[in-house]
Amino acid sequence: MPVPARNAPSPGAGTSTTVSVTVDGTRIDVPAGVTILDAADSAGIRIPTLCHHPDLRDAGVCRVCVVEVAGQRGLQAACTYPVTDGVAVRTGSLRVTQARRDVVDLLLAEQAGDCPACLRYGRCELHDLAAEVGAGGLDCPAPEPGRLVDLLGPSVAVDLNACIGCLRCVRACAEVQGIGVLGVVGRGPSTQVSTYGGLPLSQVSCIDCGQCVSHCPTGALQAVDGTADVLAALADPTKHVVIQTAPAPRAAIGEEFGLPAGTAVTWQLNTALRMLGFERVFDTTFAADLTVIEEGTELLLRLYRALVQGDTAVALPQFTSCSPGWVKDLELRYPEYLANLSSCRSPQQMFGSLLKTWYAPAHGLDPADVVSVSLMPCTAKKFEAARPELTHDGRPDVDVALTTRELARMVRGRGIALTDLAPSDFDDPFGTATGSGVIFGVTGGVMESALRTVVEWVTGQPGEEYLTHADLAPVRGFDGVRYAEVTFDRVGPVPPILTGLLPDLEWLRGVTLRVAVAHGTANAHRVMEDIRAGGLFASCHFIEFMACPGGCLGGGGQPVPVTPAVRAARARAFYAEDEHYGATGRTRKSHENLALQRLYRDVLVDGPCGPTSRRLLHTTYTARGTYLPVGGEPGAEPAP
Amino acid sequence: MLNLPPEADPAVAAEVDSLVAEHGRDRGALLPVLQEVQRRHGEISDLAVQVVADRFGVPPVDVLGVVTFYRFLAGRRGRHVVRLCRTLSCAMAGADDIGARLERELGVPMGGTTDDGAVTVEWVHCIGQCDRAPAMLVDDDAVGDLDGDRAAETVAAVRARDRTLRDEVAVRVGPTDDQRSP
Repeated sequence: MPVPARNAPSPGAGTSTTVSVTVDGTRIDVPAGVTILDAADSAGIRIPTLCHHPDLRDAGVCRVCVVEVAGQRGLQAACTYPVTDGVAVRTGSLRVTQARRDVVDLLLAEQAGDCPACLRYGRCELHDLAAEVGAGGLDCPAPEPGRLVDLLGPSVAVDLNACIGCLRCVRACAEVQGIGVLGVVGRGPSTQVSTYGGLPLSQVSCIDCGQCVSHCPTGALQAVDGTADVLAALADPTKHVVIQTAPAPRAAIGEEFGLPAGTAVTWQLNTALRMLGFERVFDTTFAADLTVIEEGTELLLRLYRALVQGDTAVALPQFTSCSPGWVKDLELRYPEYLANLSSCRSPQQMFGSLLKTWYAPAHGLDPADVVSVSLMPCTAKKFEAARPELTHDGRPDVDVALTTRELARMVRGRGIALTDLAPSDFDDPFGTATGSGVIFGVTGGVMESALRTVVEWVTGQPGEEYLTHADLAPVRGFDGVRYAEVTFDRVGPVPPILTGLLPDLEWLRGVTLRVAVAHGTANAHRVMEDIRAGGLFASCHFIEFMACPGGCLGGGGQPVPVTPAVRAARARAFYAEDEHYGATGRTRKSHENLALQRLYRDVLVDGPCGPTSRRLLHTTYTARGTYLPVGGEPGAEPAP
Repeated sequence: MLNLPPEADPAVAAEVDSLVAEHGRDRGALLPVLQEVQRRHGEISDLAVQVVADRFGVPPVDVLGVVTFYRFLAGRRGRHVVRLCRTLSCAMAGADDIGARLERELGVPMGGTTDDGAVTVEWVHCIGQCDRAPAMLVDDDAVGDLDGDRAAETVAAVRARDRTLRDEVAVRVGPTDDQRSP
């Protein structure tokens, strides 16, 4: 669906005209048409805001950022007021500070409910703002009942009694993600944020990406809380509780403990997890390496069928399938392209499958007593873990997928000072990861990982000689999408792991592999529309899709608040860890992971994409469509 | 992809498509299209909302936001809408009594619609006829200087005209659903 540009240009913006504005007596020269907020920011003057968010188009709904503008009778919202030459602004006058306090008081009065019981207590943007402006204590009647409360999940829990109407969730869902399941209904005092017909999120076309949660300043939107189940399992002596941790939470969880964004605390987290009682701590990047092997093989097999066997039914481009929000999005909105999705499960699910079918019996454990937990940056992983096809003997392969924030709560709740802990390593047999798996969490990382292996398989040369993340170049007209080409100027013999699958690799000599990378589902939709129209992306062979902006590092389960700067810092942490692996002699290529090689030798004996792999590590998808079965009358007055 | 179920009435999608062909699918055409659907059917069904959303390329909840914002788009509407003013001048001139008389005449409470779907009667705020209070709107026409009898006669005439028109149509093309005996 068409989505408006996130930052619609203000009048005069983008021109080279400079205007002179005065903020609190300080003269600043800024481009014409920027907002007062941006102008003040460029001079280091802070104006408090709430509904403003750097990811979103400004809506001017909360009125926290009001300022005095000379010549204007009423106070103006700094976030939506474009400057003109000579405008004079006061941001801290008595009139402004009193108005700001009153505005925040009214926002606090929008909420009904018990703050200390809320999971955001102590980390709430509204409370921080109230403390900053000196608000609180306004005696107001409770807001109107009838707000949406949806605690069913599976991924996002909604309690709009805590909603203050900032519309960051609505804008994030519509603009950043192009999904739009949250909107504004009613009018006047009955205005409220809601879903279509007040339906639970699980019944509308929500993809569980959690960007709404990521952008919500209060506790109105949260990830469904799985900590109680995990703590119960940890306390149960009959249960063998293991956890797999993904790199994206490890790069961000430090933010919950006061560390700057981009400080990875991987090894200390391992120690904390053992202190919490997890019997084994595994690294999801092991399974990421496994995904590279399986998905890389799948790509070569598709190419072989298309280029050599002339099979016109083979679906190309191949789409990555490790982002469950993206998978659900495709199932809902583009179900005719299901065949393009890689049949590979996500790393989380490959791991869970191996835990329940191989690890348990190999260690004398009844799979029913193994509780498989994952630490993910992602709310959609909760939905994924509950998918009916991702089970064995009726039990989910991943019992609980925890978000970064949930685990931080568990660590804090136990009084563990994460940053003071000694480092410790992951457990075998899955402990050995490679640098390749580590970069899965950043947009472009899956592509780069996969090509490191595929290119070396085909050419016999290191993949980085053909492509690094610097080669993925932005595509004009497609925000958040990058593209690259790799030409196989040479081919080598078929690597041992692929023996029996391909007779030779000669058919790839001179072939140019076209790949693309997209993050944020609004951008993914534009790529899909281009594919439908037979454009550039239809000619690609492999496309990495990540539902969340920035990739998994910007996931709905990550610490909040999140901004482009925070995501960039987290991305740097990934690439630093990737390089660290190389510098310390650990391998950076999935196919060189020794534990992985042992797995193919001992368990996945018929090789990648063979029957055992297909049974354990691949999956099927469900065409869903976006029709909403409602019943009843839309537009009827909401019940009093 | 909007995957309408097999039991969905294909006429709804066909009608929306013809309205979009006429008005365009620019967001500014949303209101005229919704108003026309409301006018033709007396209501905007859930199915119509979803099809409109799909054709305009906007999320269904956004279309619902438009429908729930405007009172004239919400709920069921008769083929004719009588709006009696309740604001100060009309209230002081006896609008309450007129309202009671209309309710008796039509057999529905204020806000209701007659069983045959002919007339919806409802309160409205100031329609700018204060010099001719009490006043009401009958569809797009203002009728002022009302007393109980004049108001009752006006709505009776509206119902009679509606019945005659529909009988004429029934003769030509067959009875409508509500004209068939149960």
